[in-house]
Amino acid sequence: MNLNHVELARALSPEAALTLGALLVLGIDLIFFKRAQPSVRLRSASLTAAAAIVTAFVFSFCNHASPTALESVLALDKLAVATRCGALGLSFLVLGITSLAPTPRHSAEYIALLLFATAGITLMAVAQHLLVAFLALELTSLSLYALVAFDTHRREATEAALKYFLFGGVSAAFLLFSFSLLYGLTGAVDLRGVAHALAHQNGSPLLALALVMMLVAFGYKTAAAPFHLWAPDAYQGAPTPIAALIASGSKLGGLIMFSRLLWPSLLTGTAANDSAHSGLAWLSTLALLSAASLVLGNIAALAQSNIRRLLAYSAIAHAGSLLLGVMIAGPAGAGPLYYYALTYGIATAGAFGVIAAVERNASCQQISDLAGLSRRSPLLAGCLLVFILSLAGIPPLAGFFGKFFVFSAALKVGGLAAWEGQLALAAILLSVVSLYYYLLVLKQAWITPVADNAAGQIRVSPVGAIALVLAASAIVLLGVFPNYLLGGV
Amino acid sequence: MKPYPWLTLLVFTPWIGAALLAFLPALSRKTARGFALLVSLSTLGIAVRLLTGFEPHVSGFQFEEHHAWINSLQVHYRLGLDGMSLLLVLLTGLVAPVCLLASWREEKSPRLFNALFLVLQGAALGTFLALDFFHWFFFWELSLVPAFFLIKLWGGPRAGRAAYQFVIYTLAGSACLLLAFVALFSATGSLDFSELARLAASGRLNPLLAAMGSSVPQLVFVGVLLGFAVKIPLFPFHTWLPSTYAEAPTGASMFLTGVMSKMGVYGLLRILWPLFPAQLQAAGGTLLVLATIGVLLGAFAAICQTDLKRMIAYSSLNHVSLCLLPLFALASTHGLTQSGAETTAAAFSGILLQMFNHGLSAAALFFCIGMLETRSGGHRGLDDFGGVRSAAPIFAGVCGFALFSSLGLPGLNGFVGEFLIFRSVFALAPWTAALACTGLFATALFLLTFWQRVFHGPRTALVDGHFPDAQAAELSGLIPLSLVMLVLGLLPQVLIGLFNPLVTSWVQAIVLP
Amino acid sequence: MNLLPFTPYLAFAGAGLTLLVGSRRATWARWIALATALATALFGLFAARVFVASAELQSLVDVSWIPLLGVRYHLAVDGISMTLVVLTGIAATAGVLFSWNIEKRPGAFFAFYLALIGGVYGVFLSADALLFFVFYEIAIVPKYFLIAIWGSGEREYGAMKLALYSFAGSALVLAGLLWLASTAPVQSFSFDDLAAAATQVGCGEARIMFALVFFGFAILAGLFPFHTWAPTGHVAAPTGASMLLAGVVMKLGAYGCLRIALPLFPAAFSFWQPMIAALAVTGIIYAGLIALVQDDLKFVIGYSSVSHMGFVLLGLAAANLRSVSGAVLQMFSHGVIAGLLFAVVGRMVYDRTHTRKLEELRTWPLHRLMPFAAVVFVLAALASMGMPGFSGFPAELSILLGAWRTSPWASVAAILGVVIAAAFTLRAVQVAFFGRTTATPGELVSVQPLPPISLPERLGAGLLLGAAVLIGLKPDLLLNWIIPSLHSPQFLQVITGGGS
Repeated sequence: MNLNHVELARALSPEAALTLGALLVLGIDLIFFKRAQPSVRLRSASLTAAAAIVTAFVFSFCNHASPTALESVLALDKLAVATRCGALGLSFLVLGITSLAPTPRHSAEYIALLLFATAGITLMAVAQHLLVAFLALELTSLSLYALVAFDTHRREATEAALKYFLFGGVSAAFLLFSFSLLYGLTGAVDLRGVAHALAHQNGSPLLALALVMMLVAFGYKTAAAPFHLWAPDAYQGAPTPIAALIASGSKLGGLIMFSRLLWPSLLTGTAANDSAHSGLAWLSTLALLSAASLVLGNIAALAQSNIRRLLAYSAIAHAGSLLLGVMIAGPAGAGPLYYYALTYGIATAGAFGVIAAVERNASCQQISDLAGLSRRSPLLAGCLLVFILSLAGIPPLAGFFGKFFVFSAALKVGGLAAWEGQLALAAILLSVVSLYYYLLVLKQAWITPVADNAAGQIRVSPVGAIALVLAASAIVLLGVFPNYLLGGV
Repeated sequence: MKPYPWLTLLVFTPWIGAALLAFLPALSRKTARGFALLVSLSTLGIAVRLLTGFEPHVSGFQFEEHHAWINSLQVHYRLGLDGMSLLLVLLTGLVAPVCLLASWREEKSPRLFNALFLVLQGAALGTFLALDFFHWFFFWELSLVPAFFLIKLWGGPRAGRAAYQFVIYTLAGSACLLLAFVALFSATGSLDFSELARLAASGRLNPLLAAMGSSVPQLVFVGVLLGFAVKIPLFPFHTWLPSTYAEAPTGASMFLTGVMSKMGVYGLLRILWPLFPAQLQAAGGTLLVLATIGVLLGAFAAICQTDLKRMIAYSSLNHVSLCLLPLFALASTHGLTQSGAETTAAAFSGILLQMFNHGLSAAALFFCIGMLETRSGGHRGLDDFGGVRSAAPIFAGVCGFALFSSLGLPGLNGFVGEFLIFRSVFALAPWTAALACTGLFATALFLLTFWQRVFHGPRTALVDGHFPDAQAAELSGLIPLSLVMLVLGLLPQVLIGLFNPLVTSWVQAIVLP
Repeated sequence: MNLLPFTPYLAFAGAGLTLLVGSRRATWARWIALATALATALFGLFAARVFVASAELQSLVDVSWIPLLGVRYHLAVDGISMTLVVLTGIAATAGVLFSWNIEKRPGAFFAFYLALIGGVYGVFLSADALLFFVFYEIAIVPKYFLIAIWGSGEREYGAMKLALYSFAGSALVLAGLLWLASTAPVQSFSFDDLAAAATQVGCGEARIMFALVFFGFAILAGLFPFHTWAPTGHVAAPTGASMLLAGVVMKLGAYGCLRIALPLFPAAFSFWQPMIAALAVTGIIYAGLIALVQDDLKFVIGYSSVSHMGFVLLGLAAANLRSVSGAVLQMFSHGVIAGLLFAVVGRMVYDRTHTRKLEELRTWPLHRLMPFAAVVFVLAALASMGMPGFSGFPAELSILLGAWRTSPWASVAAILGVVIAAAFTLRAVQVAFFGRTTATPGELVSVQPLPPISLPERLGAGLLLGAAVLIGLKPDLLLNWIIPSLHSPQFLQVITGGGS
């Protein structure tokens, strides 16, 4: 293979920037800020990280030609570039949220791990090779395991991290095994080769097995039922900014990566054969996962009194719709999926941001801890309103259009006769249920008077405030003018 | 040259007066009463003016006013006057001021009372003059509103319930009427009474209705009938009457019995009969029976009453059902001979006269009972009074006029109407006439009992105390009324002349050549 | 006419301004809100003066919005929209006047109020199905907050119920519309393209699509048996919100049925027609009977709203020119009258006596303590009963005339509903205002005098009553807009026959 190192460097420049940034963060902190205040250390680390992210963003934006030699390993089409930029944007938002949240103990490591995780996500966005995919996934996951456990003074953090790690490890094993099966079946490790080889083969039970295992890993990554059990605990135990990252960036990267894995390769290979072929069976399995997530996520969220667990179950519910987006990514392209995942990410991250800000003064675990937010901080309450309504799917916010695009494409596939259409209908009807628990959150923020023992006005750091307002504005603008984003994918 | 809109003026003057009363709170009580009386008398004034310009021999409607109104519903604003309407307008013009005079001593919010009464007067006038269903229905329904408030706010202890019952009962009937007209409009595209009558006369109405369903003509007939049956009232839709008349304040009772019950009879003659002669003929027998029962029930139930107001209420039922007897008797017989023309003319003349005369006499009776009530502090039992003649001779005199007029004594106005009615009914349905005669006897019985017990005999405790004779306001209402009763009793052709040509035209419509 | 598209923008701008300013000074919030509402009303009236009714929708704004999905930002107006825009203006202004005394967070209150109005204007002016839907949903969130924060009684429950039912209705509509739009080769949401797509859809599928869209909208219109949110929600809401919710927002559902559901699927509509008519009539009678036994005055009014909306739905179900024009006229009429009734009960009575229970109100001689309110309530009650002279009568008459053609039995049942309406309205008037009629002047002194009726209330009552009487005496003012619009090609197949 003729490897052009310059091309490779250019293709991977965002990841390089991020990794360098992480190392810089660690180095600067070690050298200059060993004895400084935690807040100062956080601030310096954040500044460096911000610079790194911006650099990575510029790099990914400018590199969008698909290098021929690397075609088998990395894809740099519009979807990849958009996903990279989206992931970097979400990480930037998470960085902003970090300034809102209580200062972590080891800021530099925290920020460095965050950057590593982001690098993993951006790599996920471009992976075209089975091993690159696995590498990216592991990079992200390992960073996130450590980050979830960061709040060592909270018992649920350790429990959450352990659960997350165990689940993640098992699913990584499943994924690797599935990749090895694919290699065994096709003799190729890059997606194009796999597709090519599968096209000339008949289906075999091994392929089905490989697909099922891949779907298991997929389900874990996107917190789809029945592989969702880690999510409520992880969202509850992790530091708030990390929960935001898991919900937003990691999901976006994972979805795009898996949809790339599933669609072009594993379908074009088997589309020539009859529909009873195991190749298309993964669509129905995915449909089952989607339906289970929708139902379980919405119903379980009704019973939650902890705001983070509620957001976790809402994530599971949204995963159902996102899986539907993956199902239609073949016929309709990945545009709707991308739009939905990105806007969902911004909204959830924003919601976690508000929680982080409230958490600075007093614990924010229960929904009732948000009581009277509109009095305590109109800014936070207003941003929360935008984020929650976007999650509920109220127009003209972006969340509505995300769902709309996915459902519209789903119904186009075969009307109500096809799986996709029925799932879309189910999702629309279940969104009514979701409105109930989202309104409960807003009820606490806007209607319930301030609790007696609550702290007074909540002070929001300027950086954090800007981050939240930018995110809220993005939600509103992307909703009113969805064309710009859709057109770019 | 555009003719002067007398009829619109007739209807709207009382309303303008009511509005002025309502929006000028600074008026003193006396001024308010006086102003209201003046406005009410305007009706009489305009009616007299119309009388002078009225030409009985001209067929159709006179002083007609016709404007397009709601094009999308084919609704026109049309008012017109013929003999029957003029008669009833005159009746209203006479009764309404007397009602106000009867309420002269009303202490509680007289301004509001008079304003509401004027609205009621205007609405009643409107129903007698409107010739298109849309605004006719408006006037018909509008009359309920002031009536409700007059009864509820100034009435007796159980007035609230009585008012509610009255309104809902009447509204139910009106709803049937509305639905019937919905069907009529749907079939014919017109809400105009004259046009519908023309369609019916040329025999095209029934087929148009039957096109919607074979039983539709009958159902529509029943709907219209129900609307009027509740108002008149016709047995068995009369159950609201005793309590409403009894609980209402004097002025309202007078107007209710004097004018509003005639609205129902007017409706029968103006709307039901011209539009549905065939159905009326088919149902005539049943209706005749119902009317007869009403006559008998009214008379005999009155005998059993000890409350004077309820007694006269039942008597009203009796007299108004008498009005209906000739119409239904005519309807139930077919094939009239030449003598039938005279009978028919007598029947219609009887109905019209009885409407007018009963209006006067019943109003006068309620006036007198009201006087008894105020003088005795709210009592109106038969046994509460005695020897009033010695205490208040003038009062006894005018009351006597009213009683004997109601009785049908020759020489007073009640006689002529009843005579014509009995004459015609005897020729058409002898058995009914015989039964109704027993009603006459019963009427005589209770009225004479009234006369004897209240006015003669020893004075009761109530009468012994402060029992002033008829005073100025009361006399100024009762004396003219009594005079009219006397004059019409001696010279009925004053009235008959007004509507005779109309009656003739009706006769010609029925009698087979 | 060019001003019309600005009505929603103005409302939203006003909402934002009130929110920013109102937290500091309550009076500024009120005046800005009044100015905004009045301005939108005047825009509507100016447009009305130059409006010439024709069969076509007259386009105001038509730009591409989301080309990839075939959604256009298309605002247009015809006679029906014009009627409802005028209604919204009147109801909004009156609502602001009757909310003049809001003390608690007035800035936020008027902000939500104006946002709701903006959404409503948007719905009435939309000519693209998805844009219609977007404005429709925008209106849901302010409703929730208005009731939950400023309401009374079981406000949180009422607000949640109302929001969830509305959202469920709109979810059904979205499902139906999306499905229909996706069957077209080129996805588009303009009314004409959707109609073209609908002709290609199979019979069974068309019936399901129609059911989704129609019943989705009908939930918001209060069709029996999906009406239970309405009395609860409207009773819990503050006065200004109740006026708007019962008066205008319920009409959004009926308008959606008329504008979208009916023209798209004429054949499916004929299939569902008997059931819709039956449900409408059941609603009229059932809600009326329930109102008859209520002991809370506001619930009486709430159920009467459901009953009157039953008339609107009956008019739509009968589907001929006379009945549908009557239905639109009834939308206007009921909008004004319901607003008036809620205003009297909520603002004039409840804010002063702090009770809505009929048994308690019976002991107050309200007609003496608040004569203005008594007169207004009597007039509003008469209008609600369908008394000729007020706008309800020509509307109900038209609906009855139209319904008679399609199904005489429906007319008979509807008339029964009229009588029941008279009964419960009269009962409410009688017990609430005229309960104690025998109080002597001496007794009254011991009763606390109530605060007098303020000028904003008088103005608001005058505005609403004036509209009701004006249209009652000259319904042609509105019918001249409505009837030509019903001749448009989109209604051609579904509105069969009609009055002469």
